[in-house]
Amino acid sequence: MDRFQTPIKRVQGLGSSKDGTHHWWVQRTSAMALAILTPWFIWRCASTPADFASVRDMVGLPYNALLLSAFIVALFYHAQLGLQVVVEDYIHSRPAEVALLLAIKVLAWLGAGAALLAILFQVFVRLNS
Amino acid sequence: MANFTLPKNSKVKSGKHHAGKGGEKQRRFKVYRYDPDGDENPRTDTFDVDLASCGPMVLDALIKIKNEIDPTLTFRRSCREGICGSCAMNIDGTNTLACTKAICDVKGEVRIYPLPHLPVIKDLVPDLTHFYAQYASIKPWIRASAPPPDRERLQSPEDRKKIDGLYECILCACCSTSCPSYWWNGDRYLGPAILLQAYRWIVDSRDEDTGARLDDLEDPFRLYRCHTIMNCAKTCPKGLNPAKAIAEIKKAMVARRSL
Repeated sequence: MDRFQTPIKRVQGLGSSKDGTHHWWVQRTSAMALAILTPWFIWRCASTPADFASVRDMVGLPYNALLLSAFIVALFYHAQLGLQVVVEDYIHSRPAEVALLLAIKVLAWLGAGAALLAILFQVFVRLNS
Repeated sequence: MANFTLPKNSKVKSGKHHAGKGGEKQRRFKVYRYDPDGDENPRTDTFDVDLASCGPMVLDALIKIKNEIDPTLTFRRSCREGICGSCAMNIDGTNTLACTKAICDVKGEVRIYPLPHLPVIKDLVPDLTHFYAQYASIKPWIRASAPPPDRERLQSPEDRKKIDGLYECILCACCSTSCPSYWWNGDRYLGPAILLQAYRWIVDSRDEDTGARLDDLEDPFRLYRCHTIMNCAKTCPKGLNPAKAIAEIKKAMVARRSL
């Protein structure tokens, strides 16, 4: 901190980034989606026999595959938004902050991509059987 | 990165005990003392105060301590009726005004500390320079096109009602210094007090610069560090709700954009 700067100069900093509302809004809308999809996911799992073949069969059904994909997208999207807030709150070294934020986004994309690929795979397996 | 313990020179030690003569109405006060110009660590001094010859509020006891026991005790006070905000401090674990906090409402010994997470100038006097600069940054005055009208600016009773619960804020900084988000990111986050004041002008029907006010606040740090922790509303000695004002700002941000 430069002791020759005025207090108001320090407060103004680089100015407003005109950003943040989108993040806040999609965090809330993805939460709303999860509030509906999570109970569905729990119910769907609970009502499926707990063996590998039945679960594969359940995932391969088109409407299950659709809702499960929606659940996966909302889940990873919401989780990455929330973790971003945690990092911005507590990590005060800019290089570490940028590295962590990028790592979170990459892992969320990879996680969601892997889950969606697995679902798609089951749909095709079921179609061909 | 993270600092889990206080540095050596910041550990609060136990200080002097100014014992009283005893008696039924004697209460014990534990007061934070620190002088950053000296080499000593912060300490808490203990004062036994005879309430038989003392006013009912915590500020009365502090004044009595300064007058009769230890004149070096330093604190701010002015109006002694909850309108100037000078005597904001942390009493019994909660930020409040010493002049409106009754001693009889505190159980056990009365612990008095300065407002949390601000640089200490001396004892109970925190440095509010940054807080006041943040207030100045929102340009807290009516912004309307020139020339000014020849008469007062009119406002309907309904529009006037919208600034109830906002205009009463005395900027004592109790709310901002109770907010964990302000503790961790106070350099950039404006904090509940300043955001409540910002909303006071956003919602004022006579102000003509609403869009620019929202533009200035639209920032992940200036506004969106508020995570509705609600410490601000819980601690406000004037019974206001800064968290609600911040929520209204966020609603205005969403209202002016497409989904």
